[in-house]
Amino acid sequence: MKAGSNLERVFESGKFVVTAEIGPPQSANPEPLVHHAKMLKGYADAFNLTDNQTAVVRLSSIASAAIVMREGVEPVIQMTCRDRNRIALQSDLLGASALGVRNVLCLTGDHQIFGNEKGAKSVFDFDSISELQVFDRLRREGKQVGGGEIKDPPKVYLGCAENPFATPYEFRASRLAKKVAAGADFCQTQAIFDMDLFEKWMDEVRSRGLDKKIHILAGVIPMKTAGAARYMKNKVPGMIVPNHIIDRMKNAKDSKEEGIRLCVEQIETLKKMKGVHGIHIMAVMWEDIVPRIVEEAGLLPRPTF
Amino acid sequence: MIVAKRKPLGEIADMIAPYKKITVIGCRSCVAICLAGGEKEVKMLVSALKVKNKKEGRKQQFEALVVERQCEKEWIQEVEDKILDSDLVLSMACSLGAQTIGDNYPHKLAFPALNTGIFGVPEEQGVWSEKCVGCGNCIIHTTGGICPIARCAKSMLNGPCGGSSDGHCEVNLEIDCAWYAIHERLKLQNRLELIEQVSAPKDWSTSHSGGRRTYVREDAKLTQHQKKGKGAVR
Repeated sequence: MKAGSNLERVFESGKFVVTAEIGPPQSANPEPLVHHAKMLKGYADAFNLTDNQTAVVRLSSIASAAIVMREGVEPVIQMTCRDRNRIALQSDLLGASALGVRNVLCLTGDHQIFGNEKGAKSVFDFDSISELQVFDRLRREGKQVGGGEIKDPPKVYLGCAENPFATPYEFRASRLAKKVAAGADFCQTQAIFDMDLFEKWMDEVRSRGLDKKIHILAGVIPMKTAGAARYMKNKVPGMIVPNHIIDRMKNAKDSKEEGIRLCVEQIETLKKMKGVHGIHIMAVMWEDIVPRIVEEAGLLPRPTF
Repeated sequence: MIVAKRKPLGEIADMIAPYKKITVIGCRSCVAICLAGGEKEVKMLVSALKVKNKKEGRKQQFEALVVERQCEKEWIQEVEDKILDSDLVLSMACSLGAQTIGDNYPHKLAFPALNTGIFGVPEEQGVWSEKCVGCGNCIIHTTGGICPIARCAKSMLNGPCGGSSDGHCEVNLEIDCAWYAIHERLKLQNRLELIEQVSAPKDWSTSHSGGRRTYVREDAKLTQHQKKGKGAVR
């Protein structure tokens, strides 16, 4: 065990993993976090606390993690490179570990142009891969990037994200290999709607043996409306939503129900795919739906140790 | 101007080691004026590489050229034959030159012999200092004509910080504190009220932070028709 987190234990047990997300509020009020933690506890093995997702200012991911941990929920903190240089990132890693956070997802981060602070100065001292490399060395050797020693190194399980749907497609498995080499233990993929392209990526991942070196969580997003599907297709860079999915949402009598059905079907397909070790449900602004999806996908009860 | 500095000879030699036929191309613009990549520097680099090769028993063939402005494709096209005929172009322009060659001849290799550093000003013979970082939103009319974004190590808008010591910067006591200089300049101009107000956070979206920038002058652009005409003349 690298960090002994629940997430790591479920991966190591060989059971199909379920993770989900809790979006911190745009306020200093911890109540929404407490509410979601209580509602979602037991429906996933760990929950991502996003780090100012889409560059919108929110309650910090580390503080959010501390709050949900009080409710007995295991966090995965997201740490982007957009807002912190190497001093702050390393310091926050120590701080998070001291608070008991055991899972960290290393991300480059959405550019601030997408958010509500467009005038912000970019930091990007690291990118996600250098962040992984530095954090991995910090946890294994207690060495900072500048060479300084850390007496009691952080105990963390390290994750990354990868997007099989961003160009050039042929490089995406190589990029995952780089993240493996940099020290990532698990990977959450971008939301999958184009199952064929995802299969292709997984083929490449398997043929390189990467699925044996990193635990892959396939990302899914339940959608409420056809509008949401169109928005993701047209406005979110690096997302592919095939027309047949948009049509299916558009033609449904009850698009919410159709969105849930679609998501459950996707999970069923992904469960059978070799090398996929779990799913990551990104129910953005729709956290309440996670328990139903997990149940209908036949993924309950979650393992306990 | 853009100020660059030649890479160490050993680094250049290692970089070009696998190639036989090398065209070294300098530039008569900024890098010639800052003594990094003009005609003289191209000749000096080629002879230094030849001496090194002779000493180490390595065989390479060099051709030395200089163009007027390596960042403009029209000037590069004038030496197109030489570029196409070589295994490698070693650019002695700023990075813009090497990239212009690469973007126009994507199957050819164009390696940089210089490290491109700063938008700088010659202070005396052989000394250049950085005075602009191209943030895209100039404010020096409010700071006594001195840019704090480029000249303050922390790019502060409300300086000087607590590390200003005898007019020097805490990062390096050899360097002037930009905000000390701004204060003195505004005092001289009787405009100190300008730095007595709080400066709001800067909008960095006009800088590289806003993504890669392209400047377009609509009135200067050629129409499709004009472009065709121009092509025909050439």
